[in-house]
Amino acid sequence: MSAHVSFLAHERFKWFKLSGWLCLIAIVVYSWYAPIGGRNGGTWVGYGLGTIGLLLILWLAWLGVKKRGFSSGSHSIKGWTSAHVYLGLSLIIIATLHTGFEFGWNVHTLAYALMMTVIASGAYGVFAYLRYPRLMSENMSGASAAGLKKEMTDLDARIARLTQRLPDSFAEAARSSLDNTRIGGGFFALLGGSSAGCGSARGRDAARAQAAQLTDPGQMTVATEFVSSLSRKAEIASRLRKDLSYKALMDVWLWLHVPLTLGLIASLAAHVLIVFFYW
Amino acid sequence: MSEIYEIAIVGSGPAGASAAARAAQLGVSHILLERTDHLSDTIFKYQRGKYVMATPDNLPLQSDLRFEADTRENILGWWDDGMEQFGVNVKFNAEVTSIEGEKGDFTISTAAGDSFKARHVILGIGLQGNLRQLDASSIPGADNGLTEYQLDDPADYWDKDIVVIGAGDAAIENAVALAQNDNRVTIVNRKREFARAKAGNISLILTAIKDELLECAYNASPVKVNDNSMVLKTPEGERVVPADRVIARLGAIAPRGFVEAAGGVFEDGADYPRVNEIYESDRPGVFIIGALAGYPLIKHCMNQGYEVVHTIIGDPVESIVRQELAKKFTVIPGYDDVQSMLERIKAAVPLFQGLTLLQLGEFMLDADIHFRKPGETFMEKDEAGDSLFVIHEGSVEIPVTPEKVFHLDQGAFFGEMGLIMGRRRTATVMADRSGQGAVCIEIPRTAALKLIASSPQAKKVMDDTAILRQLQTFLSPELTADDLREVIDAATPKSYSRGEALIEEGDEGDSLYVIRSGSCTVSRKVGNSDVVLAYVPAGQFVGEMALLYHQTRSATVRANVPSEAVELDGALFRSLLDANPKLRAIVDAKARERAEENQKQGDDDISRKIEFLTSVGLGEATNAIVIDEDLCVRCDYCEKACADTHDGVSRLDRASGPTYANLHVPISCRHCEQPHCMADCPPNALQRDPDGAVYVNETCIGCGNCARNCPYDAISMSALPAPKGGLFSWLLFGGGFGPGEAAKPKKSKENKEMSRKCDLCRDIDGGPNCVKACPTGAVIRMGPEDLFKRIREGA
Repeated sequence: MSAHVSFLAHERFKWFKLSGWLCLIAIVVYSWYAPIGGRNGGTWVGYGLGTIGLLLILWLAWLGVKKRGFSSGSHSIKGWTSAHVYLGLSLIIIATLHTGFEFGWNVHTLAYALMMTVIASGAYGVFAYLRYPRLMSENMSGASAAGLKKEMTDLDARIARLTQRLPDSFAEAARSSLDNTRIGGGFFALLGGSSAGCGSARGRDAARAQAAQLTDPGQMTVATEFVSSLSRKAEIASRLRKDLSYKALMDVWLWLHVPLTLGLIASLAAHVLIVFFYW
Repeated sequence: MSEIYEIAIVGSGPAGASAAARAAQLGVSHILLERTDHLSDTIFKYQRGKYVMATPDNLPLQSDLRFEADTRENILGWWDDGMEQFGVNVKFNAEVTSIEGEKGDFTISTAAGDSFKARHVILGIGLQGNLRQLDASSIPGADNGLTEYQLDDPADYWDKDIVVIGAGDAAIENAVALAQNDNRVTIVNRKREFARAKAGNISLILTAIKDELLECAYNASPVKVNDNSMVLKTPEGERVVPADRVIARLGAIAPRGFVEAAGGVFEDGADYPRVNEIYESDRPGVFIIGALAGYPLIKHCMNQGYEVVHTIIGDPVESIVRQELAKKFTVIPGYDDVQSMLERIKAAVPLFQGLTLLQLGEFMLDADIHFRKPGETFMEKDEAGDSLFVIHEGSVEIPVTPEKVFHLDQGAFFGEMGLIMGRRRTATVMADRSGQGAVCIEIPRTAALKLIASSPQAKKVMDDTAILRQLQTFLSPELTADDLREVIDAATPKSYSRGEALIEEGDEGDSLYVIRSGSCTVSRKVGNSDVVLAYVPAGQFVGEMALLYHQTRSATVRANVPSEAVELDGALFRSLLDANPKLRAIVDAKARERAEENQKQGDDDISRKIEFLTSVGLGEATNAIVIDEDLCVRCDYCEKACADTHDGVSRLDRASGPTYANLHVPISCRHCEQPHCMADCPPNALQRDPDGAVYVNETCIGCGNCARNCPYDAISMSALPAPKGGLFSWLLFGGGFGPGEAAKPKKSKENKEMSRKCDLCRDIDGGPNCVKACPTGAVIRMGPEDLFKRIREGA
């Protein structure tokens, strides 16, 4: 046992095993029961699977409330997440069997499609939770975002100071760095995390070219310090952008997962109403 | 001047005012003479807004006037009100110049030319009327008007150069307050350190110096005061410091001439006049109380004022200390009166030999007295606890194993390992099952530490017993004091600072070290780097390999936090082993186990992780958060859960704190074995509960000592945000604040900045909410032993 146990391995994969059994039982029952008129949601097995599915979906959605409750008691949200993931995946089997493979252009299949999209976004979520935390740590290598931002502010002051002691031709490089080092921004800038247009990186390249033309040894020393400050700043900016990008990639699926869940619950309500009142 | 007052009280400080209030309440004719035009000049001259402490905490107040820890303004207000309410006969601007006559017929003359007659005189003039000043004859310019001897309001100065002379509490408080008001302050300290001041003020000034809030000239003394500068003599030579103002806080001395004329007698070398147990001086009818009698604390002064009035009118009261003790002592079978009880306790307990009955009385106020019937327990194994128990009557038994039971008798003590090592209780202690029950005195940690610090005799007794018990607990309960006498007599306790080596790899030497407090890491050189092999907590021994196998030291043992260890002589210990085959087998087994462990040579990765964790202080933790960054999705639900559980203020800063590989130690309390925060809490508001949580109780006064003393920045001082609405109003309608969010706290008189720290969610079921709220299992909270074990096993 490692010091930390991931939500996937919670209590020796208890929820994985339970969900597996649930799926297996559903498949066996489904295969064993061959009603006249074919398998569909209207048979008692169909109703059974449908009820389990509905209850599961409502319970799974309750995680959103539960994890914000912070109540006392011995439960852990980790256990809930673990169950959420495995039981959520088991819905693929349970709900599909519930349909009896009857699909059409109607609200029933809409509910099914929404559910599968929610599950798919959730599956991406699990993938993202496994992948990005490590990348984020590697990227920051022990530093904190607040610490790096502080260092950037210090570098800005230093760059401004050094510019005073250099020829005017360096001013553009400094301006580029001070005015155009953007971190974050809109949705795509955030997700992309690209440093292609970084003002500090450009400033560094420009300053490097200018420095090559200097002849005065005193100025050359200052220019070296200037270039290395810009270069450090560009590196920090790039790391901060990556950090934001990873965090965005890790969280972006929730923007699909949560609203679609609400849509799913609404369409499920319609599905159930229609089935019982109009079928 | 026809009237003869029963009592004339000179000085309207806490002592005098309290005496006058009592006299007024009893309807005794009296007059209170005050030199200035207001009451209690000493406190009146405190810095504006100063928070006045009501120490000692445990000492109850016996006075008609109100007093509790509060601001200078409020306290003076209460006293003014009291004077009016009780109809105290007070005469201001009456500086007493002489006291003539004798008991029953004193004549008191004032500088204004008045005189009063009284049968008794109470002198409560304190010391502050007689401030020590710079001597203008040896320090030219000291009288040029630049120098003042008190500071009314630090806000009177802004953007000025100020020199503060002195290293006591007043100097420190003034210097820091001035520096905080954007003045450039130099504090002049004649010595090379601040030792005289209260611990809280020492940490205040040291932090201010470190943060460059002000400058300190050590080993410096004033030479000359110029018009706008001051010359100091320093070890580096003479130095001129700019000064718009010099504030000298040099303390105060008894106005000897006056006191002697009034009848006080100073013994050779004494700073205070002699008084007897009813505070009467050598001149009958003249009573001396308060700071002038050597009691500088306000509560002492006020209690004495009350008592002495009763003594004078022939209706003596038992002092409030004794009244309180009487309540405590009633649980003791056969209790009759306080005096004889105190004598009995002193006689029965060797640890208290160095105390006077008066000291013992005040000391006992802190203590709890427990009576247990046969078989009832005083403490349970594995409970957290850091108090010391002394057996006053009867005997106790300690079942170490079902077969082996220790007995302790009257005068002995137990619980010292919890006190010294800061670890959980190592055994259960109960009243002897075959006896009549036992009475134990439980002394809380701070009082016990004070006792050890003040009495070398107590320290020696405690040290020797602690070594013996430790060897019995961790080696073999079979060992007796006789077996170990020689070894213990030759044992030397040693202290190690963080990172210092007890044992260096390759060294000669065969002594054995028993770690008493703190913890160590064992490491070995592999190539150019040190590989950490093991973590050794307090209670364990190290150095057995060289001792047993006559080899050079096979590994380096380093303290990873400030630690104490007892060095046991190798040769003596070997002869002990030779005589005791059972013991030899135990030590042998431990040595083999370790040797095997060390041969595994350790996984490099694990070794570095453990080294990292100990380097950030986890070695002194009992319960710390460690985050696995590979699992952490940075959702901050740990912080949010913390804030929502604790009045909207998170006691955890997830993003800050050191990181190595995937392990991140966020900023939050580690519930240290010997909590730094507890070291200097004036109201003793920091407590440790039986589950090990170090928490702040409701008596916190917001002084900030704990926050300054915590080396891990785990304590913050903050006010509380306003309560917010429920989760659903936010979730469904977006109203109010979400989980972990809250309005910015507004500081006010009712909502002060108080100490906020982790309490391990001791008030709720199921353990800390930060751990329970983590959706991925990234957050764990545990002690270093469990943590290191898991890391070793988990790779």
